[in-house]
Amino acid sequence: MARTEIRIGGFGGQGIVTMAVVLGETLSLVEGRQCVQTQSYGPEARGGASKSEIVVDDEEVDYPKVQEPDVFIAMSRAAYLEYVEGLKEDGILIIDEDLVEIESDLPAGVKVYRVPATRIADKEVGTKQATNVVMLGVLAAITGIVTPEGLKQAIKDRWPRFVDTNFKALELGIAAGKKALAS
Amino acid sequence: MPERIMFTMGDIACAEGALSAGCRYFGGYPITPATEIAEWMSLRMPEVGGAYVQYEDEIASITSVIGASWTGTKAMTATSGPGVSLMLEAIGLAVMTETPLVLVNIMRGGPSTGQPTKGQQGDIMQAKWGSHGDYQIIALTPASVQEMFDQTVQAFNLAEKYRTPVFVLADETVGHMRERLVIPDEKDLELTYRKLPSGPPEEYLPFKPDDDLVPPMALLGSEYQFYATGLTHDERGYPSDKEHVQIELITRLNDKILKNADDIIDLERFMLDDADIAVIAYGTPSRSARRAIKDARAEGIKVGMLRLKTIWPFPDDTIASLATEVKHLIVAEQNLGQAYYMVKASAAPTPVHLMTKPAGMPQLPHEILDKIRKVDSI
Repeated sequence: MARTEIRIGGFGGQGIVTMAVVLGETLSLVEGRQCVQTQSYGPEARGGASKSEIVVDDEEVDYPKVQEPDVFIAMSRAAYLEYVEGLKEDGILIIDEDLVEIESDLPAGVKVYRVPATRIADKEVGTKQATNVVMLGVLAAITGIVTPEGLKQAIKDRWPRFVDTNFKALELGIAAGKKALAS
Repeated sequence: MPERIMFTMGDIACAEGALSAGCRYFGGYPITPATEIAEWMSLRMPEVGGAYVQYEDEIASITSVIGASWTGTKAMTATSGPGVSLMLEAIGLAVMTETPLVLVNIMRGGPSTGQPTKGQQGDIMQAKWGSHGDYQIIALTPASVQEMFDQTVQAFNLAEKYRTPVFVLADETVGHMRERLVIPDEKDLELTYRKLPSGPPEEYLPFKPDDDLVPPMALLGSEYQFYATGLTHDERGYPSDKEHVQIELITRLNDKILKNADDIIDLERFMLDDADIAVIAYGTPSRSARRAIKDARAEGIKVGMLRLKTIWPFPDDTIASLATEVKHLIVAEQNLGQAYYMVKASAAPTPVHLMTKPAGMPQLPHEILDKIRKVDSI
């Protein structure tokens, strides 16, 4: 797979950076890909705009930041409005459907997938804190950029005390992603 | 400890590099975007039997590092531009007392408090000229997480070898990005430790240099007399207001860096062999330039890059010789032009073009590519 760029946008506290870090750990350490993760945030700890990015490539990644994402995951309205324009033509847009509405013209050929990730985490996993792991499952199911097995390994290594909750969140995310893909 | 592999950020790679180099003292004051270095050190130092101390400010931090180094402990601090501004006086003291230490500056937007969470390469000249007086400094400019580790090890080796403060100058992007890091087995690392005095203690002259211009360093508390003063001093360490003492000391302090520049300077040549245009870059902009050069080559433009892995002492001889091989040089840096002036002075009369971006995001590859195309069409 050639250079692929993934951008995740939301607000501070949603686990946006952690989500990209777990994705990076999976790609780099478990799946042996070349990968760089970066983030951008304001001075606030919570509530401010938050963006994190992953670039994955077969060769060593040169420019470390995202230029035109192939995949954009929008988890807040502000992030959607700020970053949607940069999305690549024929790119993939994944939104948390309870938090983001499509309210602008999208670049040509963009495929939109709507998933209630926060609601799934809150009602079905039992904690909103698992939203980012739900979304990782969604990403794996929709894009195939990362494997569920790889994510499971990285999750086990990172949160050995919370494996069950996070595996449940991941499985629910994969199911939601498959459902979005089919609809 | 055997080899370890992590997916981690440049700041943490820097801290691990210091620990692998044998650093056992960290004195600091947290500041974005260098906080993760202090945080990691606070966790790791107790595990390796070292000391982590958080001070009331950066002035206390750097002076504590000087003191720790005098006892023979490899020591460092880490900060960002505003912190370096407070440390400048003590950097001069470390130069004058020939104290090995490592000072990490994860560069953020300035002047003043600037943009704490955004990067810039605005402190290149500060690192060189920040403290008063006529002195040389060593500064390393890593461009990846692995280099944050490797070059922090190198920074300690150079600090110990030349008895001098050494900067690790990384832009925020390098400090905060995460990549795969391989931490080698400790037995595979080459580590340097300062020369210690030998011979009868009563004959020891604390500032009498060897042929490499570096004096052996007595440790505070050893049987050898220990001297430290910010005043100009003779070989005994006694303050002196004599003209020849000032000339001899200042010349030696400069020459021990400049005459060993070949040993210190670390450069990477990328696609330069047949190039008509050479890009000079360091840190994150060098990664943008690498992409731009590959794209320009695909268009048939003969362009390459000289990447500065060290920026001080400045590689003026290499750039002067490169300037005779190419028609144009482009300096791409994340400021309004600092290394540019050094390149211009070294490359004359070959034209040097500036491609700057004094903002949080480094130059995009296509922005550098546009500049390469423009210069190519001249």
